[in-house]
Amino acid sequence: MTGLAISLHAALAAQNAAVAASPHMNQVLEYLTVFILSVFVGIEVISKVPSILHTPLMSGSNAIHGVILVGAMLVLGQATTTPETILGVLAVFLATLNVVGGFVVTDRMLEMFKGKPQERKKRDEGDA
Amino acid sequence: MSRGTVLDLCYLVAAVTFIIALMGLSSPRHARRGNLVAVGGMTLAIGATFAQPHLQHLGWMIGAMALGAAVAVPTSRFVKMTAIPQLVAIFNGVGGGAAALVSITEYLALTGGSRLSCVGAPGTACISVSGVKYVAVYKILEVVLGVIIGTVSFSGSAIAFAKLQELMTGRPVTYPAQQVLNAVLGVAVVVVGALLLVTGSLVWLWVLLVLALVLGVAFVLPIGGADVPVLISLLNSFTGIAVAASGFTIGSNLLIVAGTLVGASGILLTRMMSAAMGRSLPNILFSAFGSVITASGSTEAADGRSVRSGTAEDIGTLLAYSRKVVIIPGYGLAVAQAQHVVRELADTLQARGVEVFFAIHPVAGRMPGHMNVLLAEANVPYDELKEMDEANPELPTADVALVVGANDTVNPAAKSSPGSPIYGMPIIDAGAAANIVFLKRSMRPGFAGIDNDLLYNEKTVLLFGDAKDTLTALVAAVKAA
Repeated sequence: MTGLAISLHAALAAQNAAVAASPHMNQVLEYLTVFILSVFVGIEVISKVPSILHTPLMSGSNAIHGVILVGAMLVLGQATTTPETILGVLAVFLATLNVVGGFVVTDRMLEMFKGKPQERKKRDEGDA
Repeated sequence: MSRGTVLDLCYLVAAVTFIIALMGLSSPRHARRGNLVAVGGMTLAIGATFAQPHLQHLGWMIGAMALGAAVAVPTSRFVKMTAIPQLVAIFNGVGGGAAALVSITEYLALTGGSRLSCVGAPGTACISVSGVKYVAVYKILEVVLGVIIGTVSFSGSAIAFAKLQELMTGRPVTYPAQQVLNAVLGVAVVVVGALLLVTGSLVWLWVLLVLALVLGVAFVLPIGGADVPVLISLLNSFTGIAVAASGFTIGSNLLIVAGTLVGASGILLTRMMSAAMGRSLPNILFSAFGSVITASGSTEAADGRSVRSGTAEDIGTLLAYSRKVVIIPGYGLAVAQAQHVVRELADTLQARGVEVFFAIHPVAGRMPGHMNVLLAEANVPYDELKEMDEANPELPTADVALVVGANDTVNPAAKSSPGSPIYGMPIIDAGAAANIVFLKRSMRPGFAGIDNDLLYNEKTVLLFGDAKDTLTALVAAVKAA
């Protein structure tokens, strides 16, 4: 019980020290700014998507959060212990599934959305 | 410029390409280009990450990426378009899982690893006090959020996948005291998260992980098959938020921007979808809709009223001599995989000079906008696909409203009977057309389990059978007329 109390005390002291240190708090505020601005950008951009494209929107935004791959690579790249390495490798694998699968299927879907036949013909001729 | 600055600039460019991709989705015309721009941005971000200094385990990293790509590419290339919802569910789930793992790994590194940043220097995220490392409380909070949200998204998506893939029943799974148990689970997750916050002990991290896995499963089980698409949109949003939380944890603006974009847009999309179903989000998530009502609906249908059923020949002639035909496709069309035949019918009619367009309800299909994808796959030009608000003013001037495998989305009860479970849901006004043709499998009510007065309307003719078969018969009949 005393052990827990002491470690709790030490933890709180450490946390206070870390939080009070202003350079780091500034950093967190900076991230928070980016976060909040992104919320507004996200809402603004999505409100313009017509319902005809809602499925590609879900699949496309699904691919975008696959950017967690970058995070997975960073934590694996800095892993020093075996558990960290194992979890990191798993994270990289899962994130790759997300990003690759998401983009491929979105592209496949969007490729199918075509305009009137004459437009399509023109485009096909242009390709040929 | 230092290497760090260049890499940060690469990440900034990547974040901008993601915004451009979402902007591109405002029209089918530039949507594909936008998506390819995002692919470029993602490639740049991954390339920049490889250029980070002191990267270890490169062999494992490249191996895991190669394996992931080897699995994902064929899966997403060859999956049927009708199976898109479950594919999105599974890719979303693994993304959430990855986000949770990144948070956990970073926490392990902060508490136990030999990270240089953790030597007790003031102003760092963790501090060493007499040989033991302590992580700042806000840092743990980010980890807690990342683990809970990412893990719930992972296990929830897995169950959603199983429901859509029909590996388990699509019906809501209910058991006694379900809501109470779920509430207890939710509270337990919060409490364990708080304990982790205060003690910083790894034990609580593992307990939290297990509880969040169970919570994801328990949360999704009572949600019925037709509501699962709304759920996927919500889970997609969760994964985005989990990615943003991981971004806070490892200090990456790119992850914060991308994750938040997806999180915010997902929540907005979820709200738009529940509005299209005329129901509130809590109602969709917590009411186990479809289990109770289906039971009462089947008795309601047998009230002795008679319907008029026609032959393919009669209906074919009616269609062939119309000026304007509006096709209203629904879930039944997707189930019967009849998107190509319905396109053929539209073509045949257009060749005779009949004006044809498709009126698409926002929640038609197995996912919002899914019907549009299916019809696009069958080469229907997107300008023939009209959204509900655009189609409704045209229906009073239509000679025929051809309802293919849809029911609830044209049910006038949504407008006229306040007691109906779908009351308030916007519908396609098929009843306004001069003639109404229903292609239906049977007299069974739609998903909401309620009778449709439109079936008994004197303007209505029914043609029973599998949508693919009846449409094929109609094509032949129109050609013969």
